Amino acid sequence: MSPRLSKTLSRFPIHIVLIGMGLLWLTPSVGLLISSIRPPDAVNQTGWWTVLPRFFETSQYTLRNYQEILGAQGMALAFRNSLLITIPSTIIPIAIAAFAAYAFAWMEFPGRQVLFVIVVGLLVVPLQMTLIPLLRAYNRLGLSGTFVGIWLAHTGYGLPFAVYLLRNFFGSLPRDLFESAYLDGASEFTAFFRLALPLSVPALASLAIFQFLWVWNDLLVALIYLGGTEQVAPLTLKLSSLVNSLGQNWHLLTAAAFISMALPLVVFFSLQRYFVRGILAGSVKG
Amino acid sequence: MRKGGLMPWLYVGPTLLILAAYLVYPTLTTLYLSFFDKRSENFTGLDNYVWTFTSKAMRTAFRNNLLWLVLFTALTVSLGLVLAVLADRVRYESPFKSVIFLPMAISFVGAGVIWKFVYAYRPAGKPQIGLLNALWSGWLGQEPIGWLVNRSTNNLALIIAGVWIWTGFCMVILSAAYKGIPKELLEAARVDGANEWQVFWKIIIPTMKPTLAVVTTTMIINVLKVFDIVYVMTNGDYGTEVIANRMYKEMFHFRHFGRASAIAVILLLAIVPVMAANIRRFQEQEAIR
Repeated sequence: MSPRLSKTLSRFPIHIVLIGMGLLWLTPSVGLLISSIRPPDAVNQTGWWTVLPRFFETSQYTLRNYQEILGAQGMALAFRNSLLITIPSTIIPIAIAAFAAYAFAWMEFPGRQVLFVIVVGLLVVPLQMTLIPLLRAYNRLGLSGTFVGIWLAHTGYGLPFAVYLLRNFFGSLPRDLFESAYLDGASEFTAFFRLALPLSVPALASLAIFQFLWVWNDLLVALIYLGGTEQVAPLTLKLSSLVNSLGQNWHLLTAAAFISMALPLVVFFSLQRYFVRGILAGSVKG
Repeated sequence: MRKGGLMPWLYVGPTLLILAAYLVYPTLTTLYLSFFDKRSENFTGLDNYVWTFTSKAMRTAFRNNLLWLVLFTALTVSLGLVLAVLADRVRYESPFKSVIFLPMAISFVGAGVIWKFVYAYRPAGKPQIGLLNALWSGWLGQEPIGWLVNRSTNNLALIIAGVWIWTGFCMVILSAAYKGIPKELLEAARVDGANEWQVFWKIIIPTMKPTLAVVTTTMIINVLKVFDIVYVMTNGDYGTEVIANRMYKEMFHFRHFGRASAIAVILLLAIVPVMAANIRRFQEQEAIR
């Protein structure tokens, strides 16, 4: 037996395990996707895998479920709401955190260390600790059920991690760089905008993707502060209420679920490198 | 480094204000409210905490979180490790890892719907459209089971959905650590006659211990806070309650702010030591880099 062949044979079990696991991991999502484009009767009467033998017969597929779920069931509105919630909830905390992180890294002021430790310490606070007092305050101020309210909530929850990550990144930039910029007469402001920020684009991108997905996929915060207000409900909230109201209408539920995943999947496939880095860095978020 | 009177405060001011309003003040208030009654009117001492540890609902929740803690953590970390090590040996490593990591991109709500569909149940005699029951009754000839209703299977069914989501996360982190092990170390052991099994247990695992610890603590934090999956798939019915879902119910359905606050405090106390360990290790790693 040639060494090459024996190597291939000895790897055979590895291939079996990996390909088996890969298929196992993909199957549930494939089932969802296929069911979402089958006619209601077909979904109700036969399993989605029955399309596989005649997979390329396009007559067994339809986009009607998507039409109904986007229109009559209001998923299009929910998609718009998700965008309206997620984009500001990504930009605001990162912008605010960048200033603070820069000050913590490169400016001197009394209490700098202590304040930074407190900010990082807040990473451990689970959301649940804040819900009741904030919701009460929101009800008094008329902020519950509003976009501004949820932007601010996501800003508060996202800040400790954003400050922590950016301060570590800014802190790792070479000190000489800033010294010489100051010597050349650059102001604090110029150093921040012209040096620190441009050099931190990879860190900012990872952070932005992490925060974007975190907010897009969030259920709890939306559930608490937006409550039952249909007009402002994002995709996750809408989908979870459809699970109750549609029950066994799997042709609609699967289409709705796929709509809620579409954008994250695009982000995943187009920005995988930043995505993975962001998720890994985000593992310490509370 | 510059000394600059007011300037630094303009930079950190907004952050400090928002954190005070959104994290510090509510956390202290919740702690305070946990010693009061339903409507936060009368001081009740430790009553809410006594209830937390004695009521049937909370006992079920603690039991289930413990079950999650053991099964979910063991499965995600061990599967992640095995897949990371095996995938390193094949040419399709990168697409394979993408497939396993993919569920991390979607929401837990979406994942909940995906798995609810896998577990879908129809009475015997009707066509099974859920994959699991189709295999179970079609191939194995058993009576179909309501996996999410049946009390001996439902917690496991939820945990499997969680494992499907998080294994990719463990795998990616562990894979990076595995690639950091000097290849000469593994080769030297093989030349000295160690078989793959021994290399795995005697060299790979001990070398990766710090990373394994980080991944394990991260999974433990996830378990303590698990909410979305349970909320969407069973809403804690049929004996699947978990701590975070119970807190939500006490707050929104029963409007018992004292009890809900006490549960939140318990959650905080459980998370703090794990999280502190995690941040410390993260700091150490940053320092090494």
